[in-house]
Amino acid sequence: MNTASIVQTSQAAIRTPGTSAAVRALLRRELLLAWRRRADALFPVLYALIVVSLFPFALGPEDALLARISGGVLLVTVLLAMLPSLESLFRGDLEDGSLEQMLLAPQPLPLLVLVRVLAHWAATTLPLIIVMPLLAVLLRLPAQVLPVLIVALLLATPLLALLGAILSALTAGTRRSAILLALMLLPLAVPVVIFAAGAVAAAQSGLPYLAPLLWLAAALILALVLAPFASAAALRIAAEV
Amino acid sequence: MPIPLPASADPILDVQGLAFARNDEAVFGPLDFALGRGETLLVEGDNGSGKTTLLRVLAGLLPASAGEIRLDGQPLDHGALRGRMVFLGHQLGLKNDLSPCENLAFLAGLYGTREGAGIPSALEQVDLAIYADTPLRMLSAGQKKRAALARLALLPGELWLLDEPYANLDRRGIEMVNALVAAHCARGGATLLTSHGAVRFADPRARHVRLELAA
Repeated sequence: MNTASIVQTSQAAIRTPGTSAAVRALLRRELLLAWRRRADALFPVLYALIVVSLFPFALGPEDALLARISGGVLLVTVLLAMLPSLESLFRGDLEDGSLEQMLLAPQPLPLLVLVRVLAHWAATTLPLIIVMPLLAVLLRLPAQVLPVLIVALLLATPLLALLGAILSALTAGTRRSAILLALMLLPLAVPVVIFAAGAVAAAQSGLPYLAPLLWLAAALILALVLAPFASAAALRIAAEV
Repeated sequence: MPIPLPASADPILDVQGLAFARNDEAVFGPLDFALGRGETLLVEGDNGSGKTTLLRVLAGLLPASAGEIRLDGQPLDHGALRGRMVFLGHQLGLKNDLSPCENLAFLAGLYGTREGAGIPSALEQVDLAIYADTPLRMLSAGQKKRAALARLALLPGELWLLDEPYANLDRRGIEMVNALVAAHCARGGATLLTSHGAVRFADPRARHVRLELAA
């Protein structure tokens, strides 16, 4: 889809790049940045690994107990591991002026925000989901539940990232936004955790688990459409300094 | 305060009674000025006189409190302005973890490139060709500024809004900015730049209109 529109001006033709070119450029920048800061991307994985490996020590290596709580523990661990990076999602762009360049670009800002959030999710949260089989073994999660947990996470984490992006955009210009973000994200995260944990618990007791997953999918689609607009509006306000 | 209008037949930017107030406290204005094609407008003022704020209002990053901005005779629609403008803010809009080349590639992806312009030649024009692939964090403040100015040799926008383009630059760098602006004027582009008093460095061939903002 290369819709390079040509705007005739008095001096020379200005060629605005198509949205696909802009999306590619932004994606490339985000992934390059993630690669340059790959030590940062490792932090959520290490955090989750530490939390998960501490649980058996704290509760005792009782397989039945661990298996019963493992789904919930893994979900909450992933959510908490996502928080620190969400807080600074737009902070850097605001401080170094790249946000201004995106605000003034001829491309629709919500689209750029969406790409930005999904790239951020892929760089920080996807590694967490990839190591999930290892974490699941540490907590004695039954093997047949693992696919359900991974699907639940694949639906729940982008949803949380999109919700977090709105809050991150709202708090980008404020100090101590980490606490603010965590407090505001909590009520939004509760239903997401309930549905994801509900699916995992249902799968664990052999009950149908599709309904909560579909609810998560519906919420994710809604967030994919609406959250970029809300984040973009919040970013325009954050840039008004 | 009244400012004489330059004799510009076909102003690209026409500003009437533009004012900005923050928390009911006037920052600048009301201002009247026009900027024609091939013109350079130098906004001069002391620190804190509102130069940066004026540029941000013109770019559409801040809403004006009063007055009207017309672009090509039409009331300004910031959506239409996007892409026709090159903005160089106080924050340079570059990522420290990326090289000048990668930073420019991102901006070119958003804004497009001028006909016949390319990233290597843009970096050459700002004397950064040998640092093209060095992460920005390893460069000096002046070199970072040059990396930011390289966008002027690359992006197609016809209205340049430059906030303190001379800051951090050595004499060669200042001449480089003047050359870029002069070439832009010769192409029929318009430039609005702010300075806290580096006017003596500006290209004498360019047309200057001074705005002394109310402190």
